[in-house]
Order: sequence, then structure tokens, then C-alpha cells
Amino acid sequence: MVKQEKASANRPDNTAFTQQRLPAWQPMLSAGIVIPGFVLIGLAFIGIGVALFVTSRGIQVLEIDYTGVEQNSPCFPCTDQNRKNCVCDVNFSIDTLFQGPVFFYYGLSNYFQNYRKYGVSKDDYQLSGDLSYFKAPSSTCSPYEYDKNNKPIVPCGSVANSMFNDTFKLFQIVNGAKKQVSLDGKGIAWWTDYNIKYRNPSVTPLKNAFNGTVKPLFWSKPAYELDLSDPANNGFINQDFLVWMRRAALPNFRKLYRRITDGDYAQGLPAGNYTLEVSYNYPVLSFGGRKKVVFSNVSWMGGKNEFLGIAYLVIGSMCVFMSIVMLIVYAKFKFPEED
Amino acid sequence: MARESEDAGMAKASKVKRQKKKKTKENKTRTVQANILYDNAKGEENPNRHYANNKIKTTKYTVLSFLPKNLFEQFHRFANVYFVFIALLNFVPVVNAFQPELALAPVVFILSVTAIKDLWEDYRRHRSDKEINHMDCLVYSRVERRYVEKYWKEVRVGDFIRLRCNEILPADVLLLSSSDPDRLCHIETATLDGETNLKQRQVVRSFFDLDCDFDPLKYNSVIECEKPNNDLNRFRGYIIHRSGRRDALYKENLLLRGCTIRNTEEAVGIVIYAGHETKAMLNNNGPRYKRSKLERQMNVDVFWCVIILLVMCLFAAVGHGLWMFQYGDKRPVFDVLSPEGTDLSPIMSAIYLFLTMIIVFQVLIPISLFVSIEIVKICQVYFIHQDMDLYDEETDSHLQCRALNITEDLGQMQYIFSDKTGTLTENKMVFRRCTVAGVEYSHDANARRLAMYQEMDSEEEECTSHGGTLPRRDSVTSHQSAPVVLRSQSTKSHRRTGSRAEAKRASILSKHTAFSSPMEKDITPDPQLLDKVNECSSQMDFMRFHSQPMSQLPSDLSDIIDFFIALTICNTVVVSSPNQPRQKVRMRFELKSPVKTIEDFIKRFTPSRLTSGSNSSSSSSLITNRSSNKGCSSMLSSPSAESTLTKLDEERPPRGLDHAFSPVPPCYDGKAWDKEEGELRYEAESPDEAALVYAARAYKCSLVGRLPDQVTVELPHLGKLSFELLHTLGFDSTRKRMSVVVRHPLTDQITVYTKGADSVIMDLIKPPNTGKRQKKIVYRTQNYLNLYAADGLRTLCIAKKILSKDEYACWLQRHLEAETAIQGREELLFESALRLETNLQLLGATGIEDRLQDGVPETIASLRKAGLQIWVLTGDKQETAVNIAYACKLLDPEEEILTLNADSQVAAKAFHTNFAPFEIYPSSSPSSSSSHTVPFMVHRLGLVIDGRTLAYALDKSLEDKFLAVARSCRSVLCCRSTPLQKSMVVKLVRNKLKVMTLAIGDGANDVSMIQVADVGVGISGQEGMQAVMASDFALPRFRYLQKLLLVHGHWCYSRLANMILYFFYKNAMFVALIFWYQFYCGFSGSAMIDQWYLIFFNLMFSAFPQLITGTLDKDVSAETLQQLPHLYVNGQNSEEYKPYMFWMNMIDAFYQSLVCFFIPYFAYADSDVDLFTWGTPITTLALFTILLHLGIETKTWTWMNWLSITFSIALFFTVALCYNASCPTCYSPSNPYWTMQRLLQDPLFYLLCAITPVAALLPRYFYRACQGTLFPSPVQVGRQVKVGSPLSPKPPFLSLAKPSPKGCNKKDQRSFPSSNTPPAKKGPVSQADEEKGQRSQVQPSDSVRSHSDLYTLVATEIDTLPYTKDAPTTLGGATASFNQSL
Repeated sequence: MVKQEKASANRPDNTAFTQQRLPAWQPMLSAGIVIPGFVLIGLAFIGIGVALFVTSRGIQVLEIDYTGVEQNSPCFPCTDQNRKNCVCDVNFSIDTLFQGPVFFYYGLSNYFQNYRKYGVSKDDYQLSGDLSYFKAPSSTCSPYEYDKNNKPIVPCGSVANSMFNDTFKLFQIVNGAKKQVSLDGKGIAWWTDYNIKYRNPSVTPLKNAFNGTVKPLFWSKPAYELDLSDPANNGFINQDFLVWMRRAALPNFRKLYRRITDGDYAQGLPAGNYTLEVSYNYPVLSFGGRKKVVFSNVSWMGGKNEFLGIAYLVIGSMCVFMSIVMLIVYAKFKFPEED
Repeated sequence: MARESEDAGMAKASKVKRQKKKKTKENKTRTVQANILYDNAKGEENPNRHYANNKIKTTKYTVLSFLPKNLFEQFHRFANVYFVFIALLNFVPVVNAFQPELALAPVVFILSVTAIKDLWEDYRRHRSDKEINHMDCLVYSRVERRYVEKYWKEVRVGDFIRLRCNEILPADVLLLSSSDPDRLCHIETATLDGETNLKQRQVVRSFFDLDCDFDPLKYNSVIECEKPNNDLNRFRGYIIHRSGRRDALYKENLLLRGCTIRNTEEAVGIVIYAGHETKAMLNNNGPRYKRSKLERQMNVDVFWCVIILLVMCLFAAVGHGLWMFQYGDKRPVFDVLSPEGTDLSPIMSAIYLFLTMIIVFQVLIPISLFVSIEIVKICQVYFIHQDMDLYDEETDSHLQCRALNITEDLGQMQYIFSDKTGTLTENKMVFRRCTVAGVEYSHDANARRLAMYQEMDSEEEECTSHGGTLPRRDSVTSHQSAPVVLRSQSTKSHRRTGSRAEAKRASILSKHTAFSSPMEKDITPDPQLLDKVNECSSQMDFMRFHSQPMSQLPSDLSDIIDFFIALTICNTVVVSSPNQPRQKVRMRFELKSPVKTIEDFIKRFTPSRLTSGSNSSSSSSLITNRSSNKGCSSMLSSPSAESTLTKLDEERPPRGLDHAFSPVPPCYDGKAWDKEEGELRYEAESPDEAALVYAARAYKCSLVGRLPDQVTVELPHLGKLSFELLHTLGFDSTRKRMSVVVRHPLTDQITVYTKGADSVIMDLIKPPNTGKRQKKIVYRTQNYLNLYAADGLRTLCIAKKILSKDEYACWLQRHLEAETAIQGREELLFESALRLETNLQLLGATGIEDRLQDGVPETIASLRKAGLQIWVLTGDKQETAVNIAYACKLLDPEEEILTLNADSQVAAKAFHTNFAPFEIYPSSSPSSSSSHTVPFMVHRLGLVIDGRTLAYALDKSLEDKFLAVARSCRSVLCCRSTPLQKSMVVKLVRNKLKVMTLAIGDGANDVSMIQVADVGVGISGQEGMQAVMASDFALPRFRYLQKLLLVHGHWCYSRLANMILYFFYKNAMFVALIFWYQFYCGFSGSAMIDQWYLIFFNLMFSAFPQLITGTLDKDVSAETLQQLPHLYVNGQNSEEYKPYMFWMNMIDAFYQSLVCFFIPYFAYADSDVDLFTWGTPITTLALFTILLHLGIETKTWTWMNWLSITFSIALFFTVALCYNASCPTCYSPSNPYWTMQRLLQDPLFYLLCAITPVAALLPRYFYRACQGTLFPSPVQVGRQVKVGSPLSPKPPFLSLAKPSPKGCNKKDQRSFPSSNTPPAKKGPVSQADEEKGQRSQVQPSDSVRSHSDLYTLVATEIDTLPYTKDAPTTLGGATASFNQSL
């Protein structure tokens, strides 16, 4: 072993770093520093909490369950699996002006869109308009990959297959007559989903791209005929499809259906009676699910949610409370010792 | 066998070779022939071609083998296999959770980080190999017929190489020729064994008489020697000449690779072992791997993590099964059938899910923990290396961490086992007193001067400078700056140093000043003795002038002169002069030395030169003469040993008195000599020798020249006397003595001078009935020896013996037989030495002080305050050891000393019964399960036990009792212990008491102890490198142990402990988030955290801050830690990482994850949030919480901490933004396109980020704040102490030596000190003392006096100790019994 003789002597470098003498801030967790800190944080949080709470209070929400579990509910007849194209009318009234813009959601309960295998079951390449995946969908779509005749399903996969297919029409009862409230279905999905992530194949007419494929088993209409009124709202960039494809985080979720932004109702829904005409297609009772519609307006912080405001208030108060406790303890134990 | 191959024809060559090779293996020998006999060094016919060449390769891998080999090695670690298993599990479609390729990422990342680390280390090895391989040396070329420059790697076994002064040896070389007229070659072996003196190596005997330059072309002998082995001190073999003559080879003929040629202009040798087969390389073991206590504890918790993981998976699996079951036959629309289109039964889904969950929750087992720990440890080692305080300027050495992975063990030590000599003491010997012929010379003046020196030395070390070495200082620095020392000149000159201050300036080579610092050199002689020496020598001069026989000299005077002659010549000290670095001091009158007839006579008279090693006989005074006369004689012409011996008797008569005087022309150029004398320096193998030679010089009896066969001594009045050196029997540890056989120039008698340990020499003294005077001398000397020992001096006895020529011849013949024996040579030589060293005549004895190293008492005091038990295990005599123990404050005069000396089995039984009372202590105190629970006894007792008693104590039946006693003693001192006993004691304490042990030592005898202990520390001092080689840490000085343990140990431990806990917390917290989510996704193994975040969270986003904190955090500053040693208890009791802390951290992790999960849960309840828009904020919150948690746990914030946290957050957002923007279709199934971008526009996201970490960390922060204020741990108090400010307000608390483990966190600690020793507990103490009193009656009587002496000694030596001789009376009745027993 020939010892490597270094260029310089073995003397270590005398720098702050190597000698572990870097200038350092040493926070002392002593009451003197902690108490004012706690008070400050607490007060700030209480302030935010009040603001949030007040904002949240100003938001109006109207939820209507239309699953039809009870016999007397208007949609009860539609729960019969055998009835096709069942339509039921759900009536409700609004006491005061429902401030616009009003967001119209549909909601599902006990519905596990976050189920792992369900989430996996789609083909992003197909959905981005890659025609080769039309012929041969990704195996992740299995078992909604090919139909019994071994024809590829487009769009494939469980997520697309299970797309929510109830539709709604909202009428205001004005002097006994139904006045349809115009619902805005544009821009309810993410901009990036509509413009970037999901693409239709660049084949015109769109229908041709789907040659040799079949629609998902659950669907009544093929993808290219989802919105007959607006040709640009078909295929994979149908707004309802896009909203559905964005999987909900939790088993009780709502999804944006329409916005009420234009016409007479741009300022909101005036007080009065309304009828919601539901074309009832989506079965949920088999797994104990619930369906509902939600009308809500939104603030800068989103929909109605009082939790966050309360949480801020609670945490803020706790901080203040702790600082008081510590002040007492500090006064009792610490000061005598320092004499 | 070599002979056979020599004659083997070319036809049979290959067959014979194979045969030979086989045989060689069987016979464990190696045959080396010169390469120049063959055309090509690698050629078929070259018998050397099988031997390793000199190219060294210490790398583990090659370019090709790196990947497979490294992977193979890494898969030896169980964790890696586990992670690969999980990654592969992901490829199974039924259970996969992530994108399979992505799941490979962590394990690939970890493997590659480790691989890169390995690669880098390997590359460094490769570079250093390359550098070494490409060093130049001169190799003889057959073609060019001269020496040509070649790279080291091209050197092959059988090559002739020429070495010049200051060159480093490229391989193990058999020395064939030297430019030195004595056919010597000096080498410095510091790089090899750390020994700083020059060693002489000798040309192989057969080539000795070769007077012209060695001609490789004429060489045609065959060398047969041992197979390569790693024993540096052994080389055996023989050289077979063409004529058939065999000559033995010794280690004195072998120059080892890595050594440096000194003092020799040129040397030529043949390579015997090359490359990896050299002894140096065979000794070069890599770093050692141990597993630290912390890591063992950690592994338990890793195991717990596995259990938690399995429980969580099982829970999820059962949940999933039930969830599936509740749907029964009604399949929900969101259910997905299996690929075959069939339903899975709930049970099957549960089983599949279990496996999926293992993949999802894999983060719980901290994959990066192991690699992080390694990185942190490397950084810790780096910082320890770099510490200026652990750097010794004097020797230019700093602490070496040889074991890279037990740094944190340094913070958990409980027992220290220390060697004494060289560890506590400097191993620098100072001559203090002597007794000659039964008369003591106390050297009071010398003692006073030494005391003065010490003061001066400490005050102004830097001020003194020595003119003599100043001009050469430039060359020192230039020498150091050269990357490889090759031919730098005048290295020798640095050996001399004027003062210790000087020593500090010279660096690499200044080690060599060790034995010749001024303190040891300058000895003020005792006037009485000096007078006697003068008187004696003048008488002798007179007698010589009048040709009177020397026997007429009064015996006491002759004893004195013999005593000093023995001191001067009975050693292996080499004299050198710094002014002539390449030449030894040679007496100038040698040129005028006498006639050729005498030379011839001498040549034939002393046959020993043909065979024995160091005492070769060709009189050096004649060499110059001879070489001028002679041409190139054949090297084989010298007569064989046998024939010489037969001539011995015949040719004796011509020797006459004139010869005795002839080499000494009085006062020849005396003046010039005097001038030079001051420049002479002695290089000794052991510091004792140097001290004695310097002592003798103070009495004008100075060694002026040493040649292999002649020692020249200058005596007052008599001038220079040349002693013909007939034989040297070197010192060894079994004989414990050395002898020289010389022909006395004045009396012409063959005289044996023996020097050795008193216990050995006293037994070899001529039976006292031979003379009354001798009897008296022996008796009195023994008395003085006891006195010296009591003074803590190392004693040596000097004796002589006069042999008749017949006796000598008789002995010599048998000795030669022993030397030539191949088998059992050691035993035969030992017996032979024994035959010579009997019936000695005692001359006197010396007392040498082994000074304590700087700062040893302070270090011991502070280590003891740190709660460390210090045991000293030494081979020294009990009295010496006890005194050193007092001097270094290991033993306190206030405490009772139990001395256990059992002489026999009977005594051992008594010993046994005496232990009986002690049995009640461990058993009677219920709290004694911990080793720290008997504080009331710890401060009172010191145990001294000798080796023989230790042997009984270590017996199976007694060891428990021994430990019980030893544990209750504050300090334990084991004297006269063998290396094996040392290691047995360490093993016993370590295994029985389950404590962490540290062994520190400097010598080969400490190696076993160092290896047994949890942490072995070697002192890279004077006694070579063996201890260092075996150690985990090597220190230049004992006192550095304090900072190493108290500061670095504490830091390493607390950093690592905190980091490990944090790791567990972090992973648990992160994984629990997903676990809570399972309740909301049907236990389906779904994760709201994107798979990328999930996988890279640990590896990237949260990795750096913890590494920085783990490396740099300082819970208490270095100054405070050293001022308040008791903070070390923190580590001893594992305060930073207790088992419950793991669970507390787990609970905290679960709480925090609940907060981080449910605040977003409720905040986003009843909204249209999608999976990853909801999951990404949770990830972000978790990251903030985890980083802030680290912030709370970080004690010191440097800019690096800030930077790392900023970097982590920035990295997370950058990666998230890039990842979310990069590909709209990839990253199935999560596909979080543009999620982060949208979140950043959402005020809710920021609101969540503000509240959640605060809510999550509130409890912990509150707890920490309260703890810091209300019941701070000692460490926290220490943190708040401002260093430099007077500690007086809290001295009682801070001086608390050993708080009970439980008491550490109690509020009442501030008042602890006053109530530390409850008076109620005093009872057992006195009881113990009484029992001890009874027991100590077993002691032999001679230890009685030593105790009283010892008090006086310590009083004189250490004025600072605040005690008086009657200090023990404070102990009252207990002392009475103590004194009585004495």
C-alpha cells in the first residue's frame, strides 16, 4: 500500500463549512418567541375564517334528489328497469332570486368513479383521435374493448361505457305556462380537455371515422351523434362526455351539467315555481346509488362550503388559546426560576 | 526442487513447470530466478511468469463487469430484493397499481445511486492505482545492458532494479548490492508500519564481498523463499548459487514495497514479490463494515413497518372483499369485469387487492432510507476528517475513519477500554533516575529541569527556533507539495528538530523527531555520578597508559563504566548526522586503521558474519581500506561457516593488546569531532533505547558510530573506543530483554551486556551465593526498582557477563546451528539466547519516565463526566499502572482502591469468597437492571486487578461476580494483562452488560481488544500501524477522543437518530393519506395522489432537506458539548431514538395524515372536483407539512437548510408543472394534464396550503414549545447555554454527572444536583468499604508500601491535585479499615 501523499499536507481546510461553523439561526422553542407567534397566526386565521364564512354564507344551493326511491316521488315510475325513455317532471319552487350565474349540476351518490379498475379502463390515445386505436383499442379498456362480434368499441373502456345519460330540461312556471330556461352547455368542461387532450379524428364527416366500430354497450347513441343540435359538440369533444370522463374524486360527487348564463335568466333564477323534466335513463338503484340535481351559484372560492371558514376559525382560535395557556404556564413556572 | 528445474531441458519444460507449480503450491515456497536469463519476461520458459506482476489493481470492477457485479452485490441487501420484487409485481396485470415502467423507477434510482457511488469510489481507486502504476523506477534491461526507466507496473518478479536515495520501493526486493560500504541499506517504513526510525537492511550474504558494482549479467542464482504472506516481520528462504552453495535469507535482506530508501546512495535488488503479492499489499485490508447499534434498532422498526404495511394491506383487502360482497349479484355500472368478462368472487378480488395494496403502500418501507443513511454517514465521516481540532500538526495526521458506517456509535459509548503506554502516555521516554551497583542517583537537577521545561514548553512553544534547521525548511514544503515523494533530497534533514515548536512546523517527516526532542536529549547529570564516571575513566585511562590490567579497577567503578557502556551499546540505535544525509557518520581515523593482517584475522575470527543478520563481521573500519585494495572478487569466494569455525581456535593467539588500542588514536581531530557531536542524532527502534543513549551521553559516554560489527563509543579521558560487536540478540517480547556480545577493547574480554525488564533479568542474575557484594547489589537494586515502579517509571535492569573464548565459541556454534535451522528456528534461537543470558552480573537499573500525553487527565475527567466508564488495561506493572492512573486522574485519591491480587488457586478461592458480599448489591437493589443504577457506589471505588487475578476473574464461574464488583467501581485498572485478556475483558463487559464498548490502543498488543469492541480506536503513534490497521477510527492523540466522542459522536448519533425517525414518520404520513382514501374508493387500491408524485415524493421532493439536516444539524454547539460532557448521556441512553419514539412518530404521522386528508376532503365535499385536482393539493399539503415538520425538528438553520427546503418546493412545483403540461395522452392511467396549472389559479388551493400544515403541526409544535420551556431535556438546556458566558448560574445542574435515565425529562431536574446523593444511601457505601477492607487483606505485602509511596509521588508530580496524604480520612471509619488492610 503506497500511501497517497496529497498535494498539500493533511491539514484540513479551515473553512466555516468544513469546520461545521456555518452561520446558523437557532430557533428557540421558548415561550417568549412562541406565544407572540401563535397569537399572530391565530388572529390571521380568524380573519381569513370570518371572510370565508361570510362568503360561503352568501352562496345559494338548491339540491333535488330525483332518484325516485319513495313511492310518491315523481320519478318513482321510472325506476322500473323495463321502462324505456321514461320522462318524469320534478317540481320545485324558489323563494327568492337565485343569483346568477346559476350552475346546474347533476349529482350521484355512492358511485365509485374512483374505483381503481374503472379509472384505468380507458384509452387515452383513442380519445385523442388516433385512428389506429379505433381499430385496436388498448387492452386497458378490457372488457369493454371489443363487442361480442369482436368489433372494436369506440370509445372503449368502462368510464366511457358508463356515461351518465339522463337529460334535463328546466321550465319556469310562469302563469301556469312552462317557460323553458335556456341552459348553456358550452364551456362546462376544462378548456384543455376540449381543446388539447381529447380530439376527434380529422375525418369528415366524423361518422366515417367510426366505421367498423361499435358504440359502447351502454350507450343508446353512437359517439358522433351525441349532440344532434351542434355538430361541433360530438364525438370525443362532447362537453357532457368530457365532464363525465373527468373522474370524480369521491363517491358522492356532482358534475356540472349546464350553466344558466344567458337570456332572461342571466341574472339568476327569479323566485317562482319550476319544473325539471328529467329523461330518466341511468340506473343507480341496483347499487344503492342516488341521483340528484343541484343548482348553485359560485363565489371566488368556488361552491358553497362552510367547512373551510369554520376550520380557519377553529384553528385560529386554537392558536390563540394555546398561546394563552402557554402564557399562563410560562408565567407560573418560568419566571420564578429566573430570579 | 529448484535444482531440478534448473537443469530441466527445454523439451520437458512445460511438464516440469506444471509439476513444479504444483509442488510449489504444496511446499509453500516460491522460486525466483533472474529474468535476464530469459529473453522475454513473459516467455514460456521463464519460471517467474506465473507470479503476479507489479501492476496493482485495487478496483473492484472493470468496464464490463461493473454492471453485473455491482448489481449482484447490491442484491445481497434484502431491502433491494424486496423492492425489485414489488416492482416486478407491478408487471402482473391483475394486481398492478402503477405504470409498470414507472414502478421500476425507485428501485432503479436507488440501485443507480448506489452504483454511481460505487463507481466513483472505484474510479478513485483506479486513479490512484494508475498513478502508482505509472511511477518510475530503474529496471535492468537485458537488451540494453543497463538500467532503464520503467513504470512500476512493468516490473516483474525476477527483475533487477536499482534504487536511489529517497526512492520508494516498487515491490518487495531482495537486496543484492548497496553503495554503502557496509553493504547496508537504510529504509524508512513509516508508510508501512508507521515506525519512524530507519531500519537497516543488509545485502544478501553471498553478495557481501562483492566490491565492485553488482553486475546483473553475472547473476545466476536461484532464490527459494516463502509464498507471499502478509507478515511484515518474517521472510525466510535461501539463495542457491550455481556452485550449489545455499545461503539463508532473512527479513533483513528484504526491502518491502512502499518503504523509502534513505541514507543509501544506491542499491540493487531482485524483485521477489510484486504487485498484489507484496507484503504491503497483502496487509492492505479494505475498510471494515460493522453494523451500528442505531442501525440494529432501526432494523427492528423497519420490521415493524413491514408489519404495519401488512396490516394495512390486509385491512384494505378485507374491506374490498366486503365491499364487493355487498353488491352481491347486482353489478354496479362502474364495476369492471375481469378481462375474461367474468366476475371475480369477492374473495379473489380481496386476494388480488392485497398484492396491489402492497405495491401502493410500498413507500411505507423507506426505500431511500438505506441509501440516505449511507450518504449522511459519508458526509459525517467527511466532516470528522476535516475537523481542525482533530488534526495533529506535529505529525501532520488527522483522524482517520476506517469504518465508514458506525459514526453514530461514537455517540453511544458507555465503556472505554484503554491501553496505557502510548495511548495515555506519549511513549516518549525521559530518563529520570538510575541506580548503579546498588547506589541510587536521584537526578534531582534533571527533575527540576524537566519541570521547568514543561512549563516553558506549554507557554511558548512557537517562540523557540533552532538555527540549524532553518535553512532546510524550504525543502520541507517543497517536498510536501510534490504529489509523490520520489527523489526529493534532504528528507533526512527534517529528522532533526530543535524543539517541539520546531517539530510542529515540520510536517510529514517530523515524526522522526519523536525520539529526539530536546527534553529527552538534554539530561542534567547527577553530579555525584558524573564525578564517579570521570574518576573511573581517568583511572582507566591511566591504567591503559600503564598497561595495567583493567581488572584492578575497583569493582564499583568498573560497574559504573560498564553500566554506561551497556547503556550506550546494548541497543540497535543508529547514529546519523543531519549534515550528511546520505552518509552515516564515520570516524575519520578509520582511514588510518591498521594493517591487513589484522583484518584477515578478524575476518576469519568472526564466522558469525556469514550467517547472522545484523552483526555481520567484516570490520567496517577496514572496508574502505579493503575496497581500495581489492578488485571484483567473486562473491562466492568467502569461506563457509563451518570452516571458519574450525579455524577459530587455531588463529586466536595473534590478537594482542596493541589491537585493542589501535583503532583509537587519542585526540585525533578531536576538535572537529566536538563540533560535530552536537549534530549527532540517534535513531532507535524503541524510545527507551534512545532515552538511555541520550542519558549515557549526558555522562560523556556517547555513542558516536554504529556499524554492523562495531560500535564506537566516546568516553571521557579515554577517547573513542571501538567495541567489536560479535553478536546482537535483539529484543523480543517473550524474552523481554536484549543482549549484545562485544569484545571489550580495554580488557579484551568477550562481554555480554544485557538489558531488559527487571522481572526477567532478576531471575537470570547469578545466584546470590556467589558473592556478598553482588547479593547486596541485587537486594538494593530490587528495592530501588520497586521505588521506581512506585514512581510510575519504567524500569530496566542492566547486567553483564564475561565469557571465556571457549564458552563463546561453544555457544556460537550451537547458535549458528539454530540460525541455519529451517524448521523451528524461532524456538531454537530462543533457547540459544537463553543459554547466553544466564548467570548475569547485575550492574544497575534505570528508571525512565513515560510522560502522559497532553490533556489526558482533562480528557479522562471529561469523558467520565460524560458518564463513560473508563477501564485501563495495561501490560505494565501494577505499581507503574496505578501511578499513571493517579496521574491521569483515572483513580482519585478520594476514592477507595480495591486491589485484587491473587497468587494461586487458593488465593483465587479466597478471592471467590471475598466476592461473596458483593452479590447482595446487584440482587438487592431492584433497579440494578440498568448499568447506570448504582450511582452511590460508582463514585467511591476504584478497582485494581492484576493479570493473574484477572485470569481467575475471567473464569466462567467468577465472571459475574467480577463484573458485579467492577461495575460498582468508578474506575477499573487491569495490570499485567495479556492481549488476550484485554480482549476477553472487553468481550465480557460487552456481552454480559450489553453495553457499547470502545477500545483504544496503539500497539500490536491492543489489536485483539480493538477488534472485539464495538468501536475500536487506534492511536497512530509510535508503535506502528497494527492497531490502526485493526481500528475503526485512528486518532493521532488520546485527547482527541474527547471531541470525537462528545462532539462528533453526539452529533452523528443525534443527527442520524433524528433522521431515521423522520424517515419513518415521513413515509408513514404519506402512505396513510392513501390509506384513508381507501375508505372512499371501495378499498380498490386507487390513489388520489398521482403515481409520479407517489413514487418520486420520497426520492426527490422530500429527500434533500432531510439529508442536509441529517448532515449539518447541530442540536448543541461543539463548545457546549465539550463544556458540558454530561450531555453525552443523551446518546448513551439512546434518548434521541427510543422504541416508543417510533410509535409516537407513527401516531403523529397518522394524525398529520388525517388532517392532510380530511381538510381537503371537507373543503372539496359536494363539489365537482375530479380525482387528481383533489389529489394534487393533498400531495402539496403533505409536502409542506413534511417539510415544516422537519423545520420544527431542525435545531440550527444554515443557509443550506433554507436552500434545500426552497429547492424541494421549487422542484415539486417545477416537476408538477412540467409533468402536467408535457403530454396530454401519456401517463395513463392518471393523465393529469394541466391539473397543477389550474390549481394554481384556484384560491382554494392556497387557502388549503395555509391552514392544513398549521393544523397538522400544531400539536407537535405546541409540545415542543412546552417541552422547551417547561421541562427541557439536558440537551435543550445545553442548547440555550451561551458558550463563553459564565456557567455559574446553573453549575449544580450542569455538573450533574449522571442523571438517571428517567429523571432526564422531569421538571424537577433543575433541583436535581442538591438531591443527587440521598443521605439514606450512604449506608451501603460504608458497608462496602468494610467488606473491601476484609478483602484487601488478600493483597501481597509488597503492594502495601507502594500505596503510601504513590501518594507522595502523585503529590510531587501533580501539584494541582487538591489533596493531601491523609485525604482518605474524610471517609471516616471506612478508611480506618482500609488503612488497616494496607
